[in-house]
Amino acid sequence: MSYTVLVFVKQVPDTQNITGDAMTPQGTVNRAALPAIFNPEDLNALELALQLKDRYGAKVVVGTMGPPNAAEVLRASLYRGADECVLLTDRAFAGADTLATSYALSCCVRKVGKVDLVLCGRQAIDGDTAQVGPQLAEKLGWPQICYVEEVKDLTPEKITAQRAIEGGYEVLTSPLPALLTVIDSNDPRPMAARRIMRCKHAMTRSEVAKAHADQNYADSTSIDEDIESLRAKNLLIHEYTAADVNAEVSRIGLAGSPTKVKNIMSVVLTGGEAKSVDPTPAGVSELIHELISDHTLG
Amino acid sequence: MTQKIGNVWIFIEQEAGKIANVSLELVCKGRELADRLGVKTEALLIGDKIESCAQTLYSYGCDTVYLIEDPRLEPFTALPYAKVIMDMIREHKPNILLFGATMKGRELAPRIASEKKAGLTADCTNLQIDDFEDLKNQKSYKDKLMQIRPAFGGNIIATIVNTWDDPQMVTVRSGVMKLDRPDPARKGKLVRVTPALTEKETVVQVIERIRQDKEVDLQSAQIIVAGGYGVGSKENFKLLYDLAKTLGGEVGASRAAVDAGWIDHDHQVGQTGVTVRPRLYIAAGISGSIQHRAGMAESKKIIAINTDKDAPIFSVAHYAIVGDLNTVIPEMIKAFKAKN
Repeated sequence: MSYTVLVFVKQVPDTQNITGDAMTPQGTVNRAALPAIFNPEDLNALELALQLKDRYGAKVVVGTMGPPNAAEVLRASLYRGADECVLLTDRAFAGADTLATSYALSCCVRKVGKVDLVLCGRQAIDGDTAQVGPQLAEKLGWPQICYVEEVKDLTPEKITAQRAIEGGYEVLTSPLPALLTVIDSNDPRPMAARRIMRCKHAMTRSEVAKAHADQNYADSTSIDEDIESLRAKNLLIHEYTAADVNAEVSRIGLAGSPTKVKNIMSVVLTGGEAKSVDPTPAGVSELIHELISDHTLG
Repeated sequence: MTQKIGNVWIFIEQEAGKIANVSLELVCKGRELADRLGVKTEALLIGDKIESCAQTLYSYGCDTVYLIEDPRLEPFTALPYAKVIMDMIREHKPNILLFGATMKGRELAPRIASEKKAGLTADCTNLQIDDFEDLKNQKSYKDKLMQIRPAFGGNIIATIVNTWDDPQMVTVRSGVMKLDRPDPARKGKLVRVTPALTEKETVVQVIERIRQDKEVDLQSAQIIVAGGYGVGSKENFKLLYDLAKTLGGEVGASRAAVDAGWIDHDHQVGQTGVTVRPRLYIAAGISGSIQHRAGMAESKKIIAINTDKDAPIFSVAHYAIVGDLNTVIPEMIKAFKAKN
């Protein structure tokens, strides 16, 4: 366990089938209205971390920032082989743009302590910005290697990685600690049944408290006892507020976000009324003639 | 009293001295924004032995080219480029800074925005100057950059404003801004800048680099024949190649056809592929997801061929052919050959 690899993941709304209703009037996302999934490229980042664990020995810590139910993606990470999880959750983080997000995550890295590598998926499918990775690297003062396809070698001094560039690839070396963003270039391992059995009870402090409030714990144990019991079994998902990670309030959430959404429109792409063309030799011939006449063709 | 505002800057992306199309498109857009604001259009030309690019930049509308050359700036890596640009920002305080939303631009711009604590909007498809009322904070801003981008997988279009310190930074998708005709008579000013690089910025080393130009340049093509899942097989794409060859065009594809392995990703049009605006776009067997339409809806003429009369592609088409591409495309080839 010589290296510590911290993977940041995001629970995202599935953007394939949604409408403008999913946005609040303030222009932020109404996540509750949408099915939540593990951001695809973050699974690639997790897979790369687990490969490093297999090859070189590493502790894989998975972190996310989000609402309390974002703990779901953390459990899904445990099922795949992560060793430890961190949930950064606080109403004060809400409404963050990429700058405020990268600041909050940098506070989280410092809280975790000695970290050799931070891995992120290249981008999340809700925003598609790909900004948080490089911004986090800068906040930490670390070098970055973006669009990583595979790690060629890892030593205590440096990492050698292959990454995509436009029209090809590069192999780069960087000293540690470093931040990597990872693209869809590996096959994330499935969740392991044995690990699901062991980790399905992993919970955050808030989830333990909620379970008690819902009276799922009819026995006599206290919340603190249950938390200690989870901790002893290494099943406690660390839960941090903004104060826990020493984040300055002015730099997180909406307050820490320079970009403001002016307005949001649902996409309506129209080309006007299409002219119907018969799928017959005569119809097609007439169309081609028209396109030649108006100099679109020829 | 009005405060003098800074200029419009464009980060010029080049590979072996060849300027990326998106950078020239941004020079044209930058020129338009700068004229609206009454400021200058200025380029950051960074690399090594690239002075010959300057004249091209003047011809597209740059008033000033800042030339920053150093062997450590080739090939591109994010850290030294970010250092050079940050130093320039601190010295000259530009109002707007435009990057192409390329792999380089999307790696570099956030590194700079983070250090400058500036807002950054990714993958813009339009830019305008307008005033902004921040009702929540009761502040009004004059002549801000409206940063317009698709979000949520292309399902919505958001207009975003950067309310903090300048520069207002964005990355812009390739192919969405119009390229104006260059004027070779235009002149500009060359300003050489010596980069202040230290060991700190050169810790990342490129030890191997393999690249080749794309096999197809869809963004320059005037006619595109694109196929989707309805084409049915890799073999059947030959029909599309035949039509493209007959008409003098290139072959494009939807994501579904690329994912099926029928054609290389270089041919993909749409949100995760390239954005095109050719004279003629023929969509064959493409249902027309919102992501695909976002990449081709600006084409001057669109012909859609689909067996499903309710396919969304027809909503952006100028000519709708409800029929089987296997019979329609050979008819098109025949008809064109007969007319010429």
